[in-house]
Formats: sequence, structure tokens, C-alpha cells
Amino acid sequence: MAHTENEILAGLAEIVNEETGVATEDVQLAKSFTDDLDIDSISMMTIVVNAEEKFDVRIPDEEVKNLATVGDAVKFIEGAQS
Amino acid sequence: MSASRSRVAVTGLGTVNPLGGDIASTWEAALAGTSTARTLDNDWKETYGLSVDFACQVVPGALDSLTRPESKKLDPSGQYSMVAARQAWADAGSPEVEPERLGVVVGTGIGGIWTTLDQWDVVRERGARRVNPFTVPMLMANSSSAQISMELGARAGAHTPVSACASGAEAVALGMSMIRDGRADVVVVGGTEACIHPMTLAAFANIRALSGRVDDPQTASRPYDVDRDGFVLGEGAGILVLESEEHAAARGARVYAYASGRGMASDAHHISAPSAEGQARAVREAIGDAEVSAKDIVHVNAHGTSTPLGDIGELNAVATALDGVTDQIVVTSTKSMTGHLMGGAGALESIFSTLAAYHRIAPPTINIENLDPETPMRIAQNAPVDLPGGDIAVLNNAFGFGGHDIAVVFTSA
Repeated sequence: MAHTENEILAGLAEIVNEETGVATEDVQLAKSFTDDLDIDSISMMTIVVNAEEKFDVRIPDEEVKNLATVGDAVKFIEGAQS
Repeated sequence: MSASRSRVAVTGLGTVNPLGGDIASTWEAALAGTSTARTLDNDWKETYGLSVDFACQVVPGALDSLTRPESKKLDPSGQYSMVAARQAWADAGSPEVEPERLGVVVGTGIGGIWTTLDQWDVVRERGARRVNPFTVPMLMANSSSAQISMELGARAGAHTPVSACASGAEAVALGMSMIRDGRADVVVVGGTEACIHPMTLAAFANIRALSGRVDDPQTASRPYDVDRDGFVLGEGAGILVLESEEHAAARGARVYAYASGRGMASDAHHISAPSAEGQARAVREAIGDAEVSAKDIVHVNAHGTSTPLGDIGELNAVATALDGVTDQIVVTSTKSMTGHLMGGAGALESIFSTLAAYHRIAPPTINIENLDPETPMRIAQNAPVDLPGGDIAVLNNAFGFGGHDIAVVFTSA
């Protein structure tokens, strides 16, 4: 069953919190992973791997660099759901 | 002592080990003669057919100060060393030092073996894509020294001696060299290990290195007892803050003791069997380097792993190095209480040696029911022993598979 945008945002926030300690309420659509949330490249990959599992999607490596903001990631995951 | 060479002060201590999650509780439990060996609370024996299913595990709650994201980015060996390093740094009074004058030397015997094996399980069971992206930084042997250097902003150099069970003591020796060579004013040194894993237990058991006393694990680690039959696997980390005497004095730091001499030798003899000749050379070098006499050595924290050959052979090597001047010595193997911390052992035992010189008391060697009549020196047998006043020196030995012999001499402040 496809997840809604809000569900994906909430799920992503949980992953980000789990992996980096960033508070879930700070994980907002407009926030940049690197500039606002201070997430480094390896942490970003842990988020990607966990998001793939949680939402049952595939996020290709070449796509990861395009996921600058939380909103980018939510939008990609939303579109990638079958 | 040469006029140009700086003395090396020990100004901070930290540890996570089976006896305690900090220095105070560890020292208290050590003086009380506490055994930490327990049957493991898991199904490894039934599932894998392990012949030895006991070990000395780090005390519960010792890692509670780590945040969850921190824990997820560190192998257990890195978690132990990080907590111990933070303790040691705070204990030293968080010294102000230029980043380029602050170094780190933290050794390990194996590195992140839990991470290595766990992630291999992930590959096999869930596929390559699910492997934790932090796997490499977690499993690499230099993970602890690198992480601690980042934690403290240490830029004089971060080094990782890997010399099996001598690693932690070798880190102390190399840290002393960094200060003496003028590369740093303060160096955070130590060792860590977290390898209580069914594969490791099986591997050590298969070379008959472990005690097989499965029915009575608490008394299994019994150095110098006639019925000793091998070591008990332990885990944990010990970290010391070393500081040039001038730097410590300028900030009015408390000095526990001085790391005054170190000896380093290699046997070139056998991959696992010890060599008394190499051990004696390391001890002799350490005593000469410390510029003390044999009669100044009043306490030895021995490598003493509770193996039939190793324990007595080591003491005979010490006696050789001291030209037989040993009547003033009381020997302890704290491994009787902690088990064998492998790469962490030489560091934790350097801490015990430092505290022995500071408090002037030698912790006990427990579980001696029948002292081996071949024991050539007095042992702190089942009870602590007071050490004399005045200037005293304490010798710590650590030896590793591969023929690595390290000796460090600590002198009273």
C-alpha cells in the first residue's frame, strides 16, 4: 500500500533521528540534508538504505545526489512506490 | 635521566571493563578481589557447540552515556574506547592544548570484529544493498584512534599499534615517545577490544588457549595456581592521558604517576609461543629507560594470563632482567579478575599499575588455591598488598601473539 506524503515525511524523520540524532520535528520538507541538518555523505547513505527498506523502494545511487532537501527525498519515495 | 628529555606524567584515566564502568568502581572492585567471569547468557553453546561458554563481559550500563546515533556509528570496541577516552580527558581536567600538540595512540588486537561478522551476515542474509554504509569506518582497526582524535581535535597524529595482546601497552610506549620526541605535549593513549563472539571463543578454544573450567567460571582465571588451564576472554578499554611534565606543571595538573620507561622487543621466534629471552629484553630495556634500579621495582602487574607455561616463564624472564633482585617485588595478575582484554589488556593494566603507584597498594591475584611451587616471586595472593613509601617503580608487562614484548615502568609522583 502506498504511503502518503505525510507518512513518508514522518517515517523519514524517524530514520534521520535514529541515524543522526536530529530531532524529528526538525526534519521538514524545505530542510537541506547537508546545510540545515548537517548530515554527512555516509549518514546520508544509511538514511537511503533504511528508507529503501522502510518504504520498499529502490533509490539508485545516481539519484541520491539529487536529494538535496527532505522534500526531494519525500517526493522521490512517493513517486517510486509501485 | 638526560637533561633534554621530558618526563611523561599520567594525568588522566578512564576505563570501561568487566570490573567497572569507570575508574573509581573498577579500582574498588579490584581491591575487593572481584571475579567477573560468568557463563554467557545466550544460546551459543547449544547453537554452535562451543566448548567454552563463559567470559568476562563489560559491566551493564557502562555505555549509557553514548547517544543512540553515536552507538550506531561505533563498533563495540569503539564504544568502549570512546567512553573511556571521555572519562580520561575529563579526569585530566580537559587540558587546554594546541590541536597540533595533542596526539592519540589507541591500539587494538583485532578491531571491529563484531561489525565485520555482523555485516557479512547481512550480505548473506539480506543482500549487499543492506550493508551498513558505516561498516568500513566501524571495522577498521584505527577506528578508535581516529574517532578519539576527532572527538578531542587532536592533530599531532593518531596512531594504532596492532600487536595482539600487547597493543594497549604498546600504545602507552608509543605515546611516551611522541612526547619525548617533541611531537606532542599531551597524548591520549590506550587500548580496546570487544571480541566476545562465538567465532572468537571457538578459535581460541581450538588452540587450547582458553580455560575449560565451564562448571566454575568464576575461578577459571587463576594465574600462578597449580591448576590453571588457560585464560578467560575479557573485553573493554583503558585510556590514559599522558602529558609532558612541563605541560602538566604549568596548568597545575594532578599527576598520578610518571610513565618513566618503556621496553619493546620482538621474539622472531614463534607465532604464538612466548620467548623468555624477548620478554627479558623488553623488561631490561624498560628499566634502563626509566633510569631506575632493579631494587626500585616493588610491584609487577604481570601479563599473567593463567596459562600453564606463560605465567611462570614471564616471572622467570623478569627475574633474569632484574639479575635476581626480586625479593622486594609483589606480583599481581589483574587478569584473574578482569579476564584477558586482549588489545585492551596492556592499557587497563597500565591503569592498574599507575593506581598502584599512586595509592601504594597492589591489587590481588584471585583464585589461587594452591600456589604453583615454581612461582619465583611473591604474589599478592587473594588479597591486596601495601606498597612502600618513598620513590617506587611499578612494572607492567604485555605480550602478544606474534612475539610482541612490551614493558612499561611507572614511577611514583
